[in-house]
Amino acid sequence: MHKIAVMGDKDSILGFKAIGFDIYPTNNKNEAASTLHSLADDGYALIYITENSASEIMDEISKYRNRYFPAIILIPGSTGSLGIGMKFVKESIEKAVGADILAQDD
Amino acid sequence: MARLNVNPTRMVLTNLKKRLRTARRGHKLLKDKRDELMKKFLGIVKENRKERQIVEKMMSDVYSRFIMARALMSDTHLEEALIFPKQKITLKASSKNIMSVEVPVFEFSTEGQTGDDIFPYGFATTSGELDGAMMALQKVTPHLLKLAELEKTAQLMADEIEKTRRRVNALEYVMIPNLEETIKYIVMKLDENERGNLTRLMKVKDMMLEEAHHYKERMAQQP
Repeated sequence: MHKIAVMGDKDSILGFKAIGFDIYPTNNKNEAASTLHSLADDGYALIYITENSASEIMDEISKYRNRYFPAIILIPGSTGSLGIGMKFVKESIEKAVGADILAQDD
Repeated sequence: MARLNVNPTRMVLTNLKKRLRTARRGHKLLKDKRDELMKKFLGIVKENRKERQIVEKMMSDVYSRFIMARALMSDTHLEEALIFPKQKITLKASSKNIMSVEVPVFEFSTEGQTGDDIFPYGFATTSGELDGAMMALQKVTPHLLKLAELEKTAQLMADEIEKTRRRVNALEYVMIPNLEETIKYIVMKLDENERGNLTRLMKVKDMMLEEAHHYKERMAQQP
């Protein structure tokens, strides 16, 4: 059975605890990076991370990008969407097609 | 294009021709694979975008509700209310094969839940806003999981498409032209040798006939 983790600042992720996700509050860059690695080793299949935290550890996240597990998914934090999650989608398209051919859709 | 460094012999020629045939076939197959992957990828990525937009909208709703709840309750009370979850989400991750790309499929089920009662706290010490936030969060969960599945799939497929495209291009623009050029070179070389050989034989024949019949002397003696 696989587990789901949520990482980010405590205020944003507290609610996820109540619906059954494991929450891992992180406050700074180093903590976030080490938490991410230990979660990945720990058999979490799905890690949600707030965009605020994610923006600090982009390099670490991109290491897991082409791995089958874990899936690291960005969610907006309590400060609202920063558009980083959408940028990731865009990057996938650019990587595959060469240009963002769906940009005009929104 | 660079010619491969080989000896211009018939055996090498046969081998190269075989390699060219394989390369052409591989190129065609990879190209088909790339096209099909691209078709599937575009469908998935479109869905991915849509799902992300939904999730981002729903999440901002959840957060605004939480902010209201936090404003009305003390931090300790809020934490206390949420600290012990009533339901447990179990995630089952299996894999699906799209054009030989392994992609994850997430299935989840909730445990320990009775009906719509998702609140892990009593209502005495909590505010109504928290209930609303919890309900909104509950609603966004399936979307979050769907998003995770789509996004990971899109990432993995993008990677595979890039790899396949590189292979197709390498075959199309390097491997196949190189082989063609080398084959052409060997054929020319062999033809040239053949012609050289032929002229040599003709010359030898001439010389032998001359030796036997002394044509030149006879021509000179005639008036």
